[in-house]
Amino acid sequence: MSSGQVTKRVKYKTSVKDAGTPGRLSLVKERLVFRPNNPNSASKLDMQFKYITNHRYTKEGSNKAPMLNLTSNQGASYIFEFESYEDLHTCRDFVGCANLMKFGHKGVAELLHRQQKLQILELIRKFIQNNPAEMICSSVQGCCKTIDFVLHSELQKLHQQFVGGGVLTEAEFWATRKKLLEKDSNRKAKQRGGLKSSVLAESKPFIDGRTNRVTFNLTPEIVREIFSEKPAVHRAYLNFVPSKMADKDFWTKYCRAEYLQRSKNIAAAIAEAAEDEELAIFLKPDDILANETRRKIRRVDPTLDMETDQGDDYSHLPDHGIFRDGSKEVPESGNELYQRTLLQDLNRHAAVVLQGTPIDEDQLKDTQTVAEALERSKQERSTASKDDDSSADQERLKGISQAMTIDDLRGSNDHHLAPLWIKDPRDYFDSRQASSVKTSIEATKGTMSSHESYGLLRESISQIKSMGLNHPVVASEVAQKVLSVLTHNISSTKYNLGKKPGESLLDSLPTSVRDELLHHHISIEELMKHFWSSYPITNKYLNTKVTKLKDEMSKMDSQLQKLKEAVQPDIRHQITLLIRPMQQVDDYFFPKLPSSIIRSPLFYRTPFLFVWCRRSRQQCSTTTPSSRRELQKLEKSRMDILERRNLLTLYVGWNRNFVETS
Amino acid sequence: SFSDDVSLLVVLIDTNPFFWSTSSSSLNFHQFVSHVLVFLDLIVRLSQLNQIVVIATGHNTCDYIYDSSLDTDQVTGEGELPALYSFVLQRLEEFVNKDEKLGAKQEGLSEKRASSLLSGSLSMALCYIQRVFRSGPLHPQPRILCLQGSPDGSEQYVSIMNAIFSAQRSMVPIDCCYVGSHNSAFLQQASYITGGVYVKPQHLEGLYQYLATVFAVDLHSRSFLQLPRPAGVDFRASCFCHKTTIDMGYVCSVCLSIFCKHHDKCSTCGSVFGKAQLDAASDRKRKASES
Repeated sequence: MSSGQVTKRVKYKTSVKDAGTPGRLSLVKERLVFRPNNPNSASKLDMQFKYITNHRYTKEGSNKAPMLNLTSNQGASYIFEFESYEDLHTCRDFVGCANLMKFGHKGVAELLHRQQKLQILELIRKFIQNNPAEMICSSVQGCCKTIDFVLHSELQKLHQQFVGGGVLTEAEFWATRKKLLEKDSNRKAKQRGGLKSSVLAESKPFIDGRTNRVTFNLTPEIVREIFSEKPAVHRAYLNFVPSKMADKDFWTKYCRAEYLQRSKNIAAAIAEAAEDEELAIFLKPDDILANETRRKIRRVDPTLDMETDQGDDYSHLPDHGIFRDGSKEVPESGNELYQRTLLQDLNRHAAVVLQGTPIDEDQLKDTQTVAEALERSKQERSTASKDDDSSADQERLKGISQAMTIDDLRGSNDHHLAPLWIKDPRDYFDSRQASSVKTSIEATKGTMSSHESYGLLRESISQIKSMGLNHPVVASEVAQKVLSVLTHNISSTKYNLGKKPGESLLDSLPTSVRDELLHHHISIEELMKHFWSSYPITNKYLNTKVTKLKDEMSKMDSQLQKLKEAVQPDIRHQITLLIRPMQQVDDYFFPKLPSSIIRSPLFYRTPFLFVWCRRSRQQCSTTTPSSRRELQKLEKSRMDILERRNLLTLYVGWNRNFVETS
Repeated sequence: SFSDDVSLLVVLIDTNPFFWSTSSSSLNFHQFVSHVLVFLDLIVRLSQLNQIVVIATGHNTCDYIYDSSLDTDQVTGEGELPALYSFVLQRLEEFVNKDEKLGAKQEGLSEKRASSLLSGSLSMALCYIQRVFRSGPLHPQPRILCLQGSPDGSEQYVSIMNAIFSAQRSMVPIDCCYVGSHNSAFLQQASYITGGVYVKPQHLEGLYQYLATVFAVDLHSRSFLQLPRPAGVDFRASCFCHKTTIDMGYVCSVCLSIFCKHHDKCSTCGSVFGKAQLDAASDRKRKASES
């Protein structure tokens, strides 16, 4: 889109249902301007594209009017209704391009940094999501003048080669890249912060001595803690607010209850609880918690020795006690209903902290959100834990039955120890006792008896003794031949490889050859990725795709051959070794794939199918004719799969080769 | 070692009559011995401190033929041949007679095995080297050169591997010049494991040239040379039940003995194997075989 300006008649709306102000929308290089037809209208708009973070639009097939929704970085959305879908498309493309151009203007040099490259790809990804695939090519190319540099290196070359050559469609090409991008964008840690171990709810209220006011400070974090630790309060909040009482009233009551408990004025607590039933909820012990605890107690292994005696009860001993506010807590015998000991509070808090919080930091906006979020997470957890309960019960029963067996009455459990027995080593070293004599193929071709053979040896020796040695022992031509044979490859590069640390084969090649090799490697990798991903071939589209890929692979093979021939002789050998796996993929792999196998649904991903085949084989234990045929089919497919597995290992090995050397 | 470039070379000569009677025309025993004799002379002349020991590998026995450090082996020359040659030839002849005599006692064997007792001569060489090690700090660097032509005797697999590992432990390289027809897996492995050189000469009529170029150099100077290396090593083992060379078989998980077929019980340690899986092909453990 190299045109500088787009102007369309639109209606500007603030929301979808709004009637809209008719006017003109002008899109220029960096800004969009909306001028209403009625000059007195207040809804003028003039903003730069850099403030627009996202844009959405209605799809052509739907019954809605063509609308474009632009979201600014401050969260405001501007909706424009167009007269036709073509207008919408034009404007949308312009906006999309402008988004991409945003980075283009920052300067090409900065784009070298990987971070920003990802940002660009991120934008492209967003762009793709919002646009049908056919539009991508033209728009991206239009914007590519400044982003050219970044895409130039590998991506654009690949793009040109495959998409331009018609081997892959745009969508397929970017599909794999999308996955890469998603992985990067999700790298923001989704780690939740934990809860503080200090008991926030214990923070003292601000007590104003002059006026009789007690001020409690409740932050969303404190609220979260309260809801986590006291499920009854959480339930009460969900039930009462906003139906029965306002948020503020609820918290006022809660804080009053807290104050009462802290003041340890039991009588006052009882009195107030009798009056106000909501307050009573806060003062009573938490019944949800009690139920949970009872359930947990039931699940404890009954064989656990939990014997206690009076010595374990230290809370009632005279000099023991836990100081909370500086004063010793002496729990009274009666009225334990309205009392909470420090122990209980601490235990509960610790349990909650260890459990962690199921909601994120950004959900701590206000009390309502916190409550809802916690409720949602609790519901999820309860559905998940229902199965756990039943299985836990079964395990418990099993554990009980096992623990109840009495050791003395059990049968003897002697493990049969095999006695150590090692064969006499002389059996090995004594070659005369070897069982069979299939030692060598060329065992005894001679028809001579042993006496004759020995005679030959003796004859040779006496010959030397009498005649002496030849002069010269070795003829000079022979010696020269031998010397050249032994030394001919000393100058070859293969002896120099690996001698210097840090040097790799690819670095020692001339740059043009190296670049070409790397490009071939990347292209073949790309092709193979698409090839493997289109299995199993279940429809015609995939079939054509695979055929196209195969043709492209054979083209690559001829290119590799040409490269090999064009290169100098001394490095030709190295290049041959390097590209041999690439060529093997083409020579060996594609012709070997019988087309029938490709189409059959059995030709699935190798490891799964292998397992499946094994299992099916085990199932086909009968010998009816149909099952025999099944077995034969499976056998054949298994052999093909083994072959395919070999090819896969080839591919993997080749990949590894390049990873190591590059 | 008192000087860097002094070598103690232990040469193992293959005198298996069954191999030499069927050997190719390019190298018969006559020529072989000639080449070797000249080579031995070369080693002795390279340095005054060089020592050589010659051990003959026969069909039924092995024996020391010549030890340059022994006083009894220094003889004066008589006749045309230099003293060393005539001495070695004399001893060789005696050894061949002894070997034949020993073989005659075992006439009950129906089939002849063409392999020589390589394991025996390797062990003798290693014993000699050990004695040299214990003789004091001043000794030349020992190495073993195997001049072998007979094929591998797979019944000797275990003993040869033991010898190889012992050589590896003592850091004694085992070089090999193989003059037979097919490559010897054992000797390839030996050279590979101990850091020696394995050569199978293409032009056997120039055997002396091969020996002089590759094997005459002492261990210290080897670091400055680029000696020929074979393309790959045959790592196959022989199975324990039939002594056949295999590349895929069953391994006992207790004692690591190798079998070519499924057995119910390991014959070495007696441990009982589980019954074979349905899919025997995929459950066989593969032994790595590089070629």
